[in-house]
Amino acid sequence: MNEQPATTVEPVTLSPISRGRARPQGSRRELVAWYGMRVTGVALFVLALAHFSILHFIWDPAEQTAEFIATERWNQIFWRGFDWLLLMTVLFHGFIGMRIVVRDYIHRERLREFTLIMLYTLALLLLVIGTQVILTLPMRGA
Amino acid sequence: MLFRYRGREGMIAWAFHRLSGVGIFAFVVLHVIDIYLVGGNPELYNEILTFYASIPGRILEVVLGAALLYHALNGLRIVIIDLWPRMTVYHRFLWWASWAIFIVVGVPGALIILRPVWLPFLQQIGLVS
Repeated sequence: MNEQPATTVEPVTLSPISRGRARPQGSRRELVAWYGMRVTGVALFVLALAHFSILHFIWDPAEQTAEFIATERWNQIFWRGFDWLLLMTVLFHGFIGMRIVVRDYIHRERLREFTLIMLYTLALLLLVIGTQVILTLPMRGA
Repeated sequence: MLFRYRGREGMIAWAFHRLSGVGIFAFVVLHVIDIYLVGGNPELYNEILTFYASIPGRILEVVLGAALLYHALNGLRIVIIDLWPRMTVYHRFLWWASWAIFIVVGVPGALIILRPVWLPFLQQIGLVS
């Protein structure tokens, strides 16, 4: 067995059939990430496509002023909850996905660690500001 | 390069999946920030919205929608094959089926988003009122 330095990341391998990431062996954390991507992926199939369809096919972008969001789109707890759930799943899926991309392309160790820290900081920032606007935007309609 | 490599369908599926994923990620970052502005600076949000509703904005929305639809369909294909190994036999069928759905759903979707591009033209030549 080769002794590897502690900071070297496990290489990510592809499934020869699906060309998605192959089910990771050995690391529990990587396995959780692998299943997490698939569970949030299926959730996003519904949440993200519904969100896109509602805001492009039912409503037109030209109508969606700040006024529209306060008095129409986010005038019901249901749609605020729906968009918050979408935010949570998209942040998990997007940032865990970007983590794999960063690990694939950035080989210099310090730069990779730095990029990952920046990435997680951005994820936390988006989680905070996204949650804040959903919770605090006054419901002015109805 | 993309089409000469012998990875065939799977290779293209992987490249498009990564490209669309990174593109959607970039838009999500922008979109959370612009929605934050609805509370913090509604005038600036409305200005950004004017761009989203413009013709170049709509073309970018069609690109975003295509990336989203491809990533969703191909992702579902990956999940089906990974979690249900018997479907491996049908992997080529799943690949072509995902493209069929992409076209059948995507083309009408693009036409709806691009209505302000083609509707005035049809009105001008008198096909619709």
